[in-house]
Amino acid sequence: MSEIEFLNWVRGPAFEIATVIFIAGVIIRILEIFLLGRKTNLAKPKGSEMSGGLHTIASRSLPDKYSLKRSSFKIISGYIFHLGLLVTIFFFAPHILLFKEIFGFGWPSLPTPIVDAFAVVTIITLIAVLIHRLRDSVLKFLSSAEDYLIWFLTILPIITGYMAFHRIGMTAPALLAIHILSVELLLIVFPFTKLMHAFTLIIARWYNGAISGYRGVQS
Amino acid sequence: MTNNKNLQNRTLGEAMQSQGISRRSFLKFCAATASMMALPPSMIPAIAEALEKARKPSVIWLSFQECTGCTESLTRSHTATLENLIFDSISLDYHHTLQAASGEAAEEAREEAMKENWGKYLLVVDGSIPIKDLGYSTVAGISNLDMFLETAAGAAAIISMGTCAAFGGIPHAHPNPTGSYSVYDIIKMVKNAELDGISSTDSNIANSVIDKPVITVPGCPPIPVVITGVLTHYLTFGSIPDLDHLGRPKAFYGQSIHDRCYRRPFYDKGLFAETFDDEGAKKGWCLYKLGCKGPTTYNACATTKWNNGTSFPIESGAPCLGCSEPDFWDGGSFYKALSIPTIDIPSTAVYTAAGAAAAGVALGALNKNKKSNAIKEHIKTTIDDLEKE
Repeated sequence: MSEIEFLNWVRGPAFEIATVIFIAGVIIRILEIFLLGRKTNLAKPKGSEMSGGLHTIASRSLPDKYSLKRSSFKIISGYIFHLGLLVTIFFFAPHILLFKEIFGFGWPSLPTPIVDAFAVVTIITLIAVLIHRLRDSVLKFLSSAEDYLIWFLTILPIITGYMAFHRIGMTAPALLAIHILSVELLLIVFPFTKLMHAFTLIIARWYNGAISGYRGVQS
Repeated sequence: MTNNKNLQNRTLGEAMQSQGISRRSFLKFCAATASMMALPPSMIPAIAEALEKARKPSVIWLSFQECTGCTESLTRSHTATLENLIFDSISLDYHHTLQAASGEAAEEAREEAMKENWGKYLLVVDGSIPIKDLGYSTVAGISNLDMFLETAAGAAAIISMGTCAAFGGIPHAHPNPTGSYSVYDIIKMVKNAELDGISSTDSNIANSVIDKPVITVPGCPPIPVVITGVLTHYLTFGSIPDLDHLGRPKAFYGQSIHDRCYRRPFYDKGLFAETFDDEGAKKGWCLYKLGCKGPTTYNACATTKWNNGTSFPIESGAPCLGCSEPDFWDGGSFYKALSIPTIDIPSTAVYTAAGAAAAGVALGALNKNKKSNAIKEHIKTTIDDLEKE
C-alpha cells in the first residue's frame, strides 16, 4: 500500500468506521444515562430545577479560589490544555472545512501561526500534566491504564498534526495519513472511556445544580 | 537505410553541430539540466562532454491503455527548443503516434530495433496494462502484456512514462474494470509468478524482466523537461538517476508542490481563496480550500513549470489535482480540501444517529423491564425469616 493509498483509506473507509463508532457510542451512552429514570420527587419544589442546573453549569466552569490555591497546577494546566485543544481543533482552517462538510456551516478561522502556537503550548502542557501525574504519589496511585491510554490518544493527534503541518520526519502524505488515523483512534475510544466527560460533565453539573434548585437552596 | 544508420551512429555533439546549435546554447542547456538535477556546477563540463560523445540510444516507446496525452505534452511543449534536439537525437525506433510506418512495417521496426540493440535499448511505456482480459487492449493482435514482457526482456532500462504506466492511472481507478496495472506492478506479478497462464510470452523471457531497472516518471501528463532530464542523466552517466521509494527521480520529485509553491506564504498565514472568483482568488491566495492537493503531491511543476516555463496550474488559479501520485483519481473530489473525507460523512452521521437512537431506546426499555421484573420478584424478608437461620 502506497502512502497515498493509505491516505485515501484513512480519508474514506477508516473515517466512516470511526464516525459510526463515535456517533453510535456517544448517543447510546447518553440515552442510557437519561433512560435510567429517576424516582418521582414527592416533596413540594421550593425553587426551579432549571435555574439551579444552569447556574451550576456556569459556576463550576470557573474555579473557586480555595481550590485554585490548593491545586493550582492541576487547574491551571487543565485550563491551558483544554483551551489549546479548543483552538487547535475548532479554529484551524482545514479543520473548519471538515466541520463545514459535516454540519453545513463553518466559522472564521484563526491565523495559522496563532493555532500553531496553541498547539505547541498544548503539547508542552500535556507533557507537564503527565509528569505531574507520575510524580504525585496520590495521583499515580489513582491512575489506571485507561488514564494513560487517553492521555496518549489525546496528545497523539496534536503531535502528528504539528508534524504534518511542519512536514517533519516523513513524506507529506504519510504524515497527513498518520494524523487523520490518530484522530480516528481517538474517536473510536471516545465513547468507551473517560473522554465521554466532554458530554457528561454538562449533564452532571446540571443535575447537581437541579437538586439544589428543587430544594430552593443555593446551587 | 545506410544513411539512417550513419545518422544513428553520430554522436550528439555531431548531431548538434550539423543542426547549427552553438556551443554556448548547448552549455546553457547542460547548466540548466545540472541545476534541475541538483548536481554541482562542477558537473556541467562532465555532462557536456558525456553528452557530446553519447551515441543515439535506441528507444522503443510502447503505448498501452493511455490517452496519448503524454506524447501530446512531450511534442507540443518542445517545439523548437534545445530539449527537442536532445529528443531528436535519440533514435526513436517505435512509437505508435509519431512513427510514419504502420501495420506490419511498424511491428517490423520494433522487432528490428530489439534485435539490433538487444540489452541496450531504452523502453518507454505509457499507459497501464490490462490483465483481466488480454483482449481489452491489443496492438497488431498482440496483447499489451505480451508486448511489454517481450520488449522489456531486452531493455537496458524501462521508463514508466505518465501516471498510467507509473501507477495505473485512470484505467486503474476504482473499480478498475479492465484489471489494469502499472509497469512496476506487472513486474512484481512476474516475480511472484502471478501471471503464469495469463501471458503467452515464454516464461524465461518474462523472467528476465524482473531485474530491469524501472524509472517512473508520473504526471498526467509528465513535464517534458523531466522526460529530457531523465534521458540526459541516462546518456551522461549511463545509469539511472537517484530514485525515491516510488521509483521517481529524486531530482524532480524530491519536493512537494506545496513546499515549492509561490502561494505557500498565504497557506502559512491562513489566507485562502474561498471560491474561484472571490477577493482571495484575485489576490492570489492559497487554493487549499478549493481542493489543492499540492501538500501531498511530489512533482517539479512549481519549479520547472509548463509551456516553456510560462506557468503551472496553481499559477493559473487552479488547484493541484495531485496527478503525479498513485490513485489520484480515487482521492475524492478534485475541488474538496484534503482535510475533507472522501466519503459522504453527513449521510453516515444521520443514519448512524438514527440507528443508535433506536438501539439506545431499545436498551433503555430492556433496562426498565429488567428493573420492573426485579421489583416484582423481590421477596420481602421478615424478622421471622432471619430468626430461622
